[in-house]
Amino acid sequence: MSLVHEIDYGTPASLSEKTVTLTVDGKQITVPEGTSIMRAAMDGGVEIPKLCATDMLDSYGSCRICLVEIEGRGGTPASCTTPAMEGMVVHTQTERLQAIRKGVMELYVSDHPIGHDIEAGTGASEFDKTIKQVGLTEVRYDMHGRNHVIAQNGAINPDFVEKDESNPYFTFDSSQCIVCSRCVRACEEVQGTFALTIEGRGFEARVRSGAAEPFLESECVSCGACVQACPTDALREKSVLEKGMPTSSEITTCAYCGVGCSFKAEMQGEEVIRMVPYKDGKANRGHSCVKGRFAWTYATHRDRILNPMVREKISDPWREVSWDEAISHIANEFRRIQDKYGRSSIGGITSSRCTNEETFLVQKLVRQVMGNNNVDTCARVCHSPTGYGLKSTFGTSAGTQDFDSVEHTDTVLIIGANPTDGHPVFASRLKKRLRQGARLIVIDPRRTDIVRSPHIQADYHLPLRPGTNVAVITAMAHVIVTEGLFNEQFIRERCDWSEFEDYAEFVSEKRHSPEEVEKLSGVPADLIRNAARLYARGGNSAIYYGLGVTEHSQGSTTVIAIANIAMLTGNIGRPGVGVNPLRGQNNVQGSCDMGSFPHEFPGYRHISDDATRSVYESLWGVTLDEEPGLRIPNMLDAAVDGSFKGLYVQGEDILQSDPNTQHVAAGLEAMECVVVHDLFLNETANYAHVFLPGSTFLEKDGTFTNSERRINRVRKVMAPKNGYADWEITQLMARAMGFDWNYTHPTEIMDEIAATTPSFAGVNYDLLEREGSVQWPCNEKAPLGTPVMHIGGFVRGKGKLIRTEYVATDEKTGPRFPLLLTTGRILSQYNVGAQTRRTENVHWHEEDRLEIHPHDAEDRGIRDGDWVRIKSRAGETTLRALITDRVATGVVYTTFHHPDTQANVVTTDYSDWATNCPEYKVTAVQVGPSNGPSDWQEEYDALARRNRRISGRLEAAE
Amino acid sequence: MSHEHTAMNTGEKLFYMANQIAAFFQSQPKSEAADGVAKHINDFWEPRMRREFFQLIDAGTKGLAPLVMEALPKIRRPKD
Repeated sequence: MSLVHEIDYGTPASLSEKTVTLTVDGKQITVPEGTSIMRAAMDGGVEIPKLCATDMLDSYGSCRICLVEIEGRGGTPASCTTPAMEGMVVHTQTERLQAIRKGVMELYVSDHPIGHDIEAGTGASEFDKTIKQVGLTEVRYDMHGRNHVIAQNGAINPDFVEKDESNPYFTFDSSQCIVCSRCVRACEEVQGTFALTIEGRGFEARVRSGAAEPFLESECVSCGACVQACPTDALREKSVLEKGMPTSSEITTCAYCGVGCSFKAEMQGEEVIRMVPYKDGKANRGHSCVKGRFAWTYATHRDRILNPMVREKISDPWREVSWDEAISHIANEFRRIQDKYGRSSIGGITSSRCTNEETFLVQKLVRQVMGNNNVDTCARVCHSPTGYGLKSTFGTSAGTQDFDSVEHTDTVLIIGANPTDGHPVFASRLKKRLRQGARLIVIDPRRTDIVRSPHIQADYHLPLRPGTNVAVITAMAHVIVTEGLFNEQFIRERCDWSEFEDYAEFVSEKRHSPEEVEKLSGVPADLIRNAARLYARGGNSAIYYGLGVTEHSQGSTTVIAIANIAMLTGNIGRPGVGVNPLRGQNNVQGSCDMGSFPHEFPGYRHISDDATRSVYESLWGVTLDEEPGLRIPNMLDAAVDGSFKGLYVQGEDILQSDPNTQHVAAGLEAMECVVVHDLFLNETANYAHVFLPGSTFLEKDGTFTNSERRINRVRKVMAPKNGYADWEITQLMARAMGFDWNYTHPTEIMDEIAATTPSFAGVNYDLLEREGSVQWPCNEKAPLGTPVMHIGGFVRGKGKLIRTEYVATDEKTGPRFPLLLTTGRILSQYNVGAQTRRTENVHWHEEDRLEIHPHDAEDRGIRDGDWVRIKSRAGETTLRALITDRVATGVVYTTFHHPDTQANVVTTDYSDWATNCPEYKVTAVQVGPSNGPSDWQEEYDALARRNRRISGRLEAAE
Repeated sequence: MSHEHTAMNTGEKLFYMANQIAAFFQSQPKSEAADGVAKHINDFWEPRMRREFFQLIDAGTKGLAPLVMEALPKIRRPKD
């Protein structure tokens, strides 16, 4: 394994189809029109020295190093800002140019006294390389630039800026800065945060974060774009400063959110030194966020459990055992339970954090080995309504576009999603498009960051009352239909006209008008009207939505309503438009694709379909159950009722992530064999009888599928610390239970997936190696995959417009519970926090806080930072208040990243009518001052401590 | 860890879920509504859920939406 080297072309690619041919140092080079001379030269293999240019950023022309001579033109223009033209003859290495470059470089070095002091930096920066490139060997000037040294002649130097080490992941050393502005431009152009600026002029010019605050206290979101852009060691990863530059790297895929960014895992031997976003990654195009870029140290955290453990009762301490003992214990227990309580008394939960191959094996274990269909996945609690809604309307359960599509979008409609926190790298790409002039509509109870941030202002923000999505979107359809804004040609060609007539009659009813819907949603009618008009007539309109849509009792109906307005306006089937669910976890799309639902085989084929069942029956040599299995909430109900007794949970923490914690606990407590397979002793493990240590994404091969259906490779860069990759552990279980599985590498599992699943028929590791990634469907009809779906027609044939009647949730506010609680996430933390809480990301978010409007807070005598009690019909918990008008009066909000908060103690059993996806986003609550933790929190804390004891260890870590 | 808790038991949940499904299909064209409810329950409810559902119905249908009653003959009753 060597270092993956990426070419820096200096300026971004031109998308022009017209080409020009020029000559650089005697070489003829043909490039798209609009390409810079610098990029054209590099294309032809001629590298022009540079400092302020990099191909992630627009050209800037400030460093005066990349100068060239052009025949027939005077002077020495900068090659980064001069476009290549037909017939141009360029020279990059003349005596005159070399002399100028040397002179300029000498000045840089003289004001950059550390330039020759390798101790302070890495000695391996671009700046160091450029010094050698231009052949600078001596500096005639004094090298004590006064900004850069702590003192001169023993005197205090007021211009000296102390090294900023406030960010846990990187340092900023102003004395090594050459003020090329690459960091400032990366923060603006790539990330879109505008946290950095250049202060002062000339020798006084310096990079500043925020209003001259330390990085950590500024608006900086620690995405790492500036560190990546910096050509010196001024901005540098702390891990590199401590351990030196990496010596080898491998391309892999981030294991955090559903954006699925490609990274270079840069290593020294088996130790990760840093993760650097990969420019050829088609989801992220070289960008990253604080989680993927920096928060990977959980992989080696001391809390990781590395040995299997068993105990008879959950009140016993854990006993470390061999893999053989653990696996045979599970096999014996599962078979004993099935003999006693029946074949359907056990099941499994697949992980949206594990690979496609691992997920496929867990559902195969359930269907083939356990002989039932009791398999489910965490998508149950997030995007299962997307599956139902998009399948009913379009014919398949997936987002319609690739992320690149946003570059062609004119109007963006965001519903119930908070991309700057939940999907930050996509949010950066979206913000870039918005800065170019795309219009923006946001439907969300909270004023999320995307509503108003630097150089971005939503045209319309509809702050609806939680639970009224269907009413508001149906009202938009009312406007589109009654004002004649629909696309008749599209509907006649792609949908069923009589279904349209039925739907149009339904939405035209007066009760669906914005004026009526205003009364229940709280959104002024003219806002709904204007939003509908803009969406319908705003050019290419694209919808992006998140869990604020799905996690409701009418989640599936809202997805249908969204699909309806996209069809009505013809915004489906080409770049720039579409319906795009933003998926929460790295492989939640993949886990759904791989047959994790109890009613579906891989590729979304119902288990009652005889043809599909026979494909698997002949391959697996068993008769498969044709009845649907239990979904997670049904499993827990059946456990409480005594008919479900054994569960294998791979890489999920249902106790913390699922609603109504006390009901989940009761279900788990009633089971006789709970097997938790995870990196850490998570909350669910408090109720487990067997713990199997899991492996991280760095320790195994496989694939993840992101929100755009993109299948990306995950590559092993170190041996699993626990001994096995997760797919190997599932295989050990299957073998112990009497099935002779013999996979030697995940590529063989992918071959089985492809052989049995039409939409994956063309996928294999060789193709992924060649193409980098592909988007399913990938088969004979689309050998290189499908970036945009439903071109020319819908997967189901005709698109289906379906009536969407608003039905108010039964979770109602009243005198005892007058406020509505809604939940979400924050940038620096991820899901239940098992990974991010074990990294330095805790600097940004140490605890969950309850956001409450100043009026509601004042009514209750609550001040900012006070401990408050939040109580619902299901339970109560305590946390500290954060007073903000981002939430409307009557609405409170919190995150669920910390187990000691246990936000899900208060969420209820209510769920989506079609899929049982829990109604996390609406809980009626009361909030009041509190003295400290609730009884539940204290009892749970004691239980958690007791249940984490390991024999022979003093104190088990969390 | 006792708490004031008004959660439904499994039986109550099944009736509640069936009524929720009916509430969606109630608004669909009349010719499709009962079939829609039955298909949904057949496609997504595990046999023991349907078995318990029918046992509860045998004991009384109070609180069940009329559309669920209409769909009942088309819902598959699992073998015991």
